[in-house]
Amino acid sequence: MAGNDAFSTKVKGGVGEKLPHDSGHLHVSGRAFYIDDLPEPRGLLHVAIGTSSKAHALVVKMDLSAVLASPGVVAVFTAKDIPGKNNFGPVLEDDPIFSPGLVQYVGQSIFAVAAETFTQARRAARRAVIEYEELEPILDIDDAVKANSFVLPSEHIRRGDSKQAIAMAKHRLNGRVYVGGQDQFYLEGHIAMAQPKEDGDMLIYSSTQHPGEVQHLVAHALNKESKDIIVECRRMGGAFGGKESQPALFAAIVALVTHKTGRAAKLRLDRDDDMIMTGKRHDYNIDYNVGFDEQGRIKGLEFTFASRCGMSADLSGAVNDRTMFHCDNAYYLENVDIVSHRCKTNTVSNTAFRGFGGPQGMFAIEYVVDEIARFLEKDPLQVRQINFYGVGERDVTPYHQKIEDNIIHDIVNQLKDSAEYTTRRNEIRQFNAQSPFLKKGIALTPVKFGISFTATHLNQAGALVNVYTDGTVHLNHGGTEMGQGLFTKVAQVLAEELQVDIDRIKITASDTSKVPNASATAASSGSDLNGKAAQAAARTIKERLIAFAAEHFNVAAGEVQFSNNYVHIAGETMPFAEFVKLAHFHRVSLSSTGFYRTPKIHYDRKTFSGRPFYYYAYGAAVSEVVIDMLTGEYRLLRVDILHDCGQSLNPAIDLGQIEGGFIQGAGWLTSEALWWNESGELKTHAPSTYKIPVCSDLPVDFRVTMLESGTNREDSIYRSKAVGEPPLMLGISVFHAIKDAVASIADYKSSPRLNAPATPEEVITAIEGIKSQRVVNRRQTG
Amino acid sequence: MADTKRNNPAKNEIRFFLDDEVITVKDIDPTRTILQYLREDLRYTGTKEGCAEGDCGACTVVLGELAGDDTLNLRAVNSCIQFLPTLDGKRLFTVESLSGPGGPLHPVQKAMVECHGSQCGFCTPGFVMSLFALYKSQQNPTRKDIDDALAGNLCRCTGYRPIIDAAQKMYTYQTASAKWLTHPFRHEAKPSEEEQQIIDKLKSLRRECSLEITYNGTRFFIPNSMQVLIQLAETYPDAHFLAGGTDVGLWVTKQLRELDCIIYIGNVDELKKIAVTQDHIEIGAAVTLTDAMPILLEHYPELEELFIRFASPPIRNAGTLGGNIANGSPIGDSMPALMTLGTTIVLRTARSSREVELDQFYIDYQKNDRRPGEVLERIRVPLPKPNTHIRSYKVSKRFDQDISAVCGAYCMRLEEDRVASIKISYGGLAAIPKRATICEQALLKKSWNEASVQTAMASLDRDFQPITDMRASSHYRSTIARNLLYKFYLETSGFDQNQTRVYDYGR
Repeated sequence: MAGNDAFSTKVKGGVGEKLPHDSGHLHVSGRAFYIDDLPEPRGLLHVAIGTSSKAHALVVKMDLSAVLASPGVVAVFTAKDIPGKNNFGPVLEDDPIFSPGLVQYVGQSIFAVAAETFTQARRAARRAVIEYEELEPILDIDDAVKANSFVLPSEHIRRGDSKQAIAMAKHRLNGRVYVGGQDQFYLEGHIAMAQPKEDGDMLIYSSTQHPGEVQHLVAHALNKESKDIIVECRRMGGAFGGKESQPALFAAIVALVTHKTGRAAKLRLDRDDDMIMTGKRHDYNIDYNVGFDEQGRIKGLEFTFASRCGMSADLSGAVNDRTMFHCDNAYYLENVDIVSHRCKTNTVSNTAFRGFGGPQGMFAIEYVVDEIARFLEKDPLQVRQINFYGVGERDVTPYHQKIEDNIIHDIVNQLKDSAEYTTRRNEIRQFNAQSPFLKKGIALTPVKFGISFTATHLNQAGALVNVYTDGTVHLNHGGTEMGQGLFTKVAQVLAEELQVDIDRIKITASDTSKVPNASATAASSGSDLNGKAAQAAARTIKERLIAFAAEHFNVAAGEVQFSNNYVHIAGETMPFAEFVKLAHFHRVSLSSTGFYRTPKIHYDRKTFSGRPFYYYAYGAAVSEVVIDMLTGEYRLLRVDILHDCGQSLNPAIDLGQIEGGFIQGAGWLTSEALWWNESGELKTHAPSTYKIPVCSDLPVDFRVTMLESGTNREDSIYRSKAVGEPPLMLGISVFHAIKDAVASIADYKSSPRLNAPATPEEVITAIEGIKSQRVVNRRQTG
Repeated sequence: MADTKRNNPAKNEIRFFLDDEVITVKDIDPTRTILQYLREDLRYTGTKEGCAEGDCGACTVVLGELAGDDTLNLRAVNSCIQFLPTLDGKRLFTVESLSGPGGPLHPVQKAMVECHGSQCGFCTPGFVMSLFALYKSQQNPTRKDIDDALAGNLCRCTGYRPIIDAAQKMYTYQTASAKWLTHPFRHEAKPSEEEQQIIDKLKSLRRECSLEITYNGTRFFIPNSMQVLIQLAETYPDAHFLAGGTDVGLWVTKQLRELDCIIYIGNVDELKKIAVTQDHIEIGAAVTLTDAMPILLEHYPELEELFIRFASPPIRNAGTLGGNIANGSPIGDSMPALMTLGTTIVLRTARSSREVELDQFYIDYQKNDRRPGEVLERIRVPLPKPNTHIRSYKVSKRFDQDISAVCGAYCMRLEEDRVASIKISYGGLAAIPKRATICEQALLKKSWNEASVQTAMASLDRDFQPITDMRASSHYRSTIARNLLYKFYLETSGFDQNQTRVYDYGR
């Protein structure tokens, strides 16, 4: 045994280190393999999808002879070629792989064509002759509500007596606001590749957040069993929820092609097709009715949410539930009535997107609180603070979860000071008084976001850890890597647990044959769940090793310690690699699975009550903008953020999530407008027409801090907090800064009607609106 | 001798450098893109396809090209819309060029890793290449320089802050390596020995003849002189001219069109010239926007914001001013300004040459006054006249790399406070970029004051009845058209730009 000189230093790449992304060196040199970069199997077919050009119609006649005759084409496939279930819907079976005759949105898949090259397949797909009998489409949320057109039943949460509370309140306001949807705009479009294996088995590479679901749905479609299909994904080029339920369609199609032809098949969507065919964030009409006192404290509140779910249910049930769970944000709502309509429209079926309905709920309450403040001519921050959940009182959510970890007061107070909110607010008012054509605005908004899947059963995870006799480690778990750094963080957990350097750990692709039945990597839960599962696997191996060492060296178990690539056994030290080799020689298993289920959570969906969330993540942001009153254009000037990551597993990665989430949230509420024409065709289906933020949209003055005292009161993985989704909602501060700037033109005496996204055009509409309000007001007083 | 060579074009074979190696490609589909060639033929999969329309930058590569005899220009372009034959005679750098297999990371790459500039990594190779182009062309870039250099690259994960950090820090990661590739830009009188070798190698690829590619019924010509170009234009009057490919590329990648005959004008030296005469700036039809900008801005600094917001560097590096004009899109950004400046264009055939006022050139949507066989030779922008006020404003959802909802341009000469002459043009309001003649008349000879400007603003509704589409509603377009005129009034009557504009505010 060696001496114990290494005893004092830390293992490389343990928990809390600011490691770069595990694939960073591959990303920057173009050597990271995405699915389209994998070596192509011999005989690979390329697949393209033929889609509906009508929003709502019956396919009366479909002539695919020209498609089949097109150069390079090998075969075409329609609904009747599917041996099993013609469905890729994750919850209800209402998402056909190929339309069986009824088309319900422009871009819906009707058939597929397989050809020798990508371009040949795409060209061929356009040669179909399809005759439709058009039906009346529903393209609008309001029309859907009027027609009782819903994908799922409406839901209702009630607490107290909102009617009476509003009636008794000193002040009342009601109104409506619209918040737009958002395309995920992952840079890597949807892609799947199927490879035939012996005896009808198949290996599918899918760019998916949910390999297990792809596996199950592909099996159902092909009339096979889960054991026959393996789904693998090493990384995605971004996902943001857009690859939670949607990838099954493309995987099912390539699997069908492979099943029928015996050849490998790949389907990669062109950007425009991707944006037209796949779901986005839901847009909402939000009606509110609120009663409040002269301090601005909410006495009673009624919300009616109506969201565009599109043509099928997809994940809309849970998305809309989360809207209901987050329309309190950080505010105590004593008497509240929340109605949620899940509207069926003849547009693409909307789906998961970072925040999963939460952002729209939070947007709604922030809008209401801002309206109250403007009505009372108070600083909106004061009204926000007065409505915050209390600590030890006023701390139960509308869904009856008691908030035990409320730190929003501290966060907001710290940020208010560090960002010099009050001083700057005054300076802005002075500036505006002297600046007729440029106006500034400022807003501070809080975030409280519930962490866990609201469907309790999804809160479980598995991992597989193999230790080899050279001391290196193979790590696998049910989570997927979409850029969020999950694989890096879980590897750090493993390095910490096993006390081996992170470069001795191989991070491997998500694979349904290694860890089965994994939940989607979603709901910000990736590190919490998979980190714990990997920890459990590591601890099982360690326990075996300790037991072995205790017996072999005849020492107490407490005298065996793992530290920085060494094992210390009662004063003696041995390199980890040497030790595991010895253990192997003595027939100790060096491989283990690990499993984790989130404790404490329970929830009854029928009554909307329980503890759906294990804990909450908190943060706040202050944004300052300047707007051009003549064009409605604006610049984000300065942003201050204080966010709570608990005890961060990797502060560099978490910072990336905070910054990236914020900018994505700001994009949602500013430049990212989706636009459909009267025929239901999406016309913003490429980066030329759909505008996500670019480099110059990042404010020059951008100050992001993680809460220094951050921890997690619950026993999460190393007391860290989930950080995937919560920061997106920090972007709401940008919207309210714009609203504040517009309010200046009426000397802050009335509130602008500003809908989201606040494009320059929306800003001009709000300016025109507030000007005409002033005219009306003057008439009334005159 | 030269003439014989011109009459005997090289056929069906292009040559270019990929890193240090000459690549010869034979039997190529001439509308195959550089990206398709890299990914599918060479299996160089580092370069990604994000949109196939030149708007996301995931496909960014860098082209090395000679400017004159002894200058090497390195410029980022979108490989997804560049046709492969346009590579002939150039040097291509991909993300794989920067660090060989297993080689050390390039300073740009190192900075990106250490600043946490990649998350999902899919946009990263494109960012790396845009940063590499910046690294090799500029020292100590400001935030504004970085924003501009990266305006054509979309990242959905990071929010850009770490990438901006990398752009600032990449210069500090210089390795001891003597390699030209890893050296940042330096102002030097002479190219280094290694750079000289690259220049010499590129010279060795120069052709003294034209090039012709035929493939499956598609004819693709690369004439190397005006004379050959004019002959080709006459022989193939239905041919499509290709310059930067920033529009024609999309016909193929998006509309999947199969083009019969293409004439690429990028190798015609005569068309790449810029000259300043006594009263005009003359810009050849194949001059890129990147090369045209400095000379235009030297004389018309008022147009700086317009040109910085004009597409993105990779698009401006490929796209030409001539292409923007010849294309005649209703939302092309250069035309309103050029029209108000009194720009003319010169159209040539073998026998004749005529000069057309730009504001007379456009007839209707995608229809203009170019006759079959005519070649756009050059653009003549008059030099500024004294006492003239010039502005051009662009309004879009996003500042950078967006298409105008409305673009307005104004050129006015005041005598005392009277409007002695005025030209006003708009893009985005009609099927073509167009003068606002009724509005101009309302202002001519009037005092330049609030009242007359308000009257003129109201008259714009008679000049234009804009449409509603995904970029803006008709109502917004009309409102903005009026407000931009008002902004012009403000900026010519005492208001400083930091009281009227937000683009550069606080930057």
